Parts: sequence; C-alpha cells; structure tokens
Amino acid sequence: MADRVLIETAEQAKQNQEYAQALADLLFQLADDDFILAYRGSEWLGLAPHIEEDVAFSSMSQDMMGHAVMFYEMLESLGLGKADDIAQLREAKDFRNAILVERKNGAGEYNDNPHYDWAYAIVRSYVYGLYKQVRLEALQQSTYVPLAQVSRKMMTEHRYHLMHWQVWLNQLANSTKDARQRLEAAIAKVWQDAGELSDLGPSKEQIVRFGLIAGEEILRQKWLAKTREIFQSAGLNWPGEPGTASERGRAGEHTADLEQAVATLSEVYRIDPAASW
Amino acid sequence: MAQDLNQIDERLEATCWELLQEVKDPEIPVISMVEMGMIHRVQAEGGIVKVEVLPTFVGCPALEIMKKNITEKLAEAEGIEEVKVDFIYDPAWTSDRIALEARDKLRSFGIAPPPFNYKPGDSWEVKCPYCDSPFTQIENLFGPAACRSILYCRHCKNPFEALKPIY
Repeated sequence: MADRVLIETAEQAKQNQEYAQALADLLFQLADDDFILAYRGSEWLGLAPHIEEDVAFSSMSQDMMGHAVMFYEMLESLGLGKADDIAQLREAKDFRNAILVERKNGAGEYNDNPHYDWAYAIVRSYVYGLYKQVRLEALQQSTYVPLAQVSRKMMTEHRYHLMHWQVWLNQLANSTKDARQRLEAAIAKVWQDAGELSDLGPSKEQIVRFGLIAGEEILRQKWLAKTREIFQSAGLNWPGEPGTASERGRAGEHTADLEQAVATLSEVYRIDPAASW
Repeated sequence: MAQDLNQIDERLEATCWELLQEVKDPEIPVISMVEMGMIHRVQAEGGIVKVEVLPTFVGCPALEIMKKNITEKLAEAEGIEEVKVDFIYDPAWTSDRIALEARDKLRSFGIAPPPFNYKPGDSWEVKCPYCDSPFTQIENLFGPAACRSILYCRHCKNPFEALKPIY
C-alpha cells in the first residue's frame, strides 16, 4: 500500500501518467457496465409486466444512466474526449463492460416481436446490483477522491434498486411452479456470465496498486457471500461458482449483442454529433 | 479599499441567497432549492458569483433546468456580471437537509416529507399528507420523479407521493 496517496483532482491525477491510465481503465468498466445495462433496461419500456413496473424499471435505468454519465464525465476530465462522444462514438471493441450486461433481454427485437425474459431481467439486474453495491462500498476507500464522493452519492440511490429486485426475487421464488422454474432457468443463464463481474481487466494490478479499488478476490468474496445469503433467504438453491463467457468484455472482447446495442443507442447521435440537445 | 470590496461581495452573497429563495425545485414548485437544502455555498468575487449545488439524484433530469433557473434569477441582481453553477457531490445531499418549515409545505402539496434522522434498517412509516393517518401502503417505490414514491392512504382513500429517505 506504499502508493496510497489521495488524489483530489483530475489535474493531479494527470501528473502521474500511470495512475491516470489505471484510473481511466477502471472508469471505463464502471461507466460501461451501468450504461449498457441501463440501455437494456430501457428496452423494457412498455413491455414490463405492469405499468407500475414500467415506471420503476425506467426510473432505475435513468438512475444507472446518470451514474454512467458521472463516470464518463470523469473520463472527460482526464482528457479522453467529450463524455457524450465517449459514450456514443466508440466501437463495441472499445467497451469494457462485462458480457453479462450486454446480453439481449430475450428473443426478438424491441421493435420486432420482443419475447423478452422477465425472470432473466430480475436475476440479471439483482445479481449485477449486488455486485455494484460491493463495488460502490469499496470505492469509498478509493485514492481518487472524486470517485469516492460520487460513489457515496450513488449508494443512496442504488439501495432502492436492490430493495425493488429483492421483492421480485422473493415473490417469484415462492410463487407458482412455472414462476419458480423460470427463475431457476434465469439464474442458470446469468450464472454462466456472472463470474466476470469482479474481473478488473488487464490492468488490474495497477488499479489495485494505486488503491483505486480493492482487489478482485475481496470484491468477489463479499459479493458471493451476500448473494448466497439472499438466495438462501428466498429458498433458492445455490448455483455454485459462477462461470464466465468465452469472450472477456473487460478486455474488449464482446458478443454481437453489444454491437447491436451500440449501433441502436448511438444511431441518432451519429447522424449529427455536433447537434445540440 | 480591500475591506470595501469584501463588504460588496458579502452584500452580493446575501442578495443571492434571498433571490435563490425564489428559485423553486422544478419538480416541486412550492419549495425553493434553498429549502430543499440543495444550495451548498454561494461565493461572490468581484461580480462573479459561484453557486455550489448538491443534486438530490445523480441522474436527475431537472439539473439543467435548475442551472438555467439559478443563472437567470441571479442575473437580476445589480452588480452581477457572471453566474457559475457547479454541481458537487461532497457533502452528499441527504433528505435530512430539507428545512423543517419546508416539510409542511410538502404536505400541503400532497407529498409526505421524508423521515428525519433516518438510519439504515429503520422502517419507513409514512403518514398520509391529507389526513395524517399512518394507515398507508407503498404502491411503488418509484414515482413520477426519482426522489419520490407512490403510496395509498387506506383511511382517506387518497393516493399520494412521499419523498424517499435519502441517507
């Protein structure tokens, strides 16, 4: 922990190129995870099981999009381009989100016969949310002070997301046989990718050495312990160690699903990036 | 001379605080941003005023509107050449920052105020802003704005909103 010096501003961060690079690498992961999952959440608009859920889900997606904006703005302050451009003009290979958040919501397309999987939405949002909680808690100790500050603020919002998904998980787990089976299938599907969440990417050593966030193993153990407790209280079987997809999103390897997401979400922006919104 | 300038700055700051009382929360038009506890600091220096604002929610879509409203309102003051509005996150805005007198205004607007000094794990009991009954239920944690939930009073049978405890 010899390198644990608090960095108060972007200007200060930029004085140490290695630090700024590690910080940027971490910020891309944080931003892209929230951004892409918020996008997938927004694709549920009008399709959620009932109108109250439509309001709740869009509200949470809006919060997450807001969190992504904060991280993109931090990247902007490090001199990596305009926040909007970073979000919308990169190619899929430049994204650092975990594969779990980019998967489509289910069969079909938003505008063409969407047969989305609600159980998958619940489990993915909740499992990601539980990891995000651990990550935000860890970021409170980050040597990059602006990051610690916004993480503290994000936690006040995120706790309501967790409450919301917990209600859904408990209700489906203790509902009909059909609901239970769908939930278990969704857990199995989420579990194939979930192991990558705690991956800090190719620059993990620098990220941890500079005290930007706790190490992968600490994050992973805390997250798994919490998730296990929640599954148990809902009466769900523990699926064991989570797996990882064959692509590594944290290293810029992605599925065709992300290409579709990026093409759709940036379609209007790309027509005229200079337009004022 | 330097002291005179200081006094001018201080007077300007006081004027700004008064004017800011007139800038309402765009989503709750009965409450000012000052009463919401969102104005952290006002600093005047030679005609340039810097206002530090604490957002209630990071992704609040009303932030740009607030910025515009603050800038336009303060431009009315004599001696102001430029207004700078910064959103800051330290200290974090919490619902305890809402002024006590503003809580009654919220009720009159049909919004139950958040509990004071709320701690993690506390239960969130909400009294109906219309009839004061505690016999209420949460219909949706998420309401028309990120900071509000939708509830229903089983006593007077009115739907209403409540500001979430943010802590």
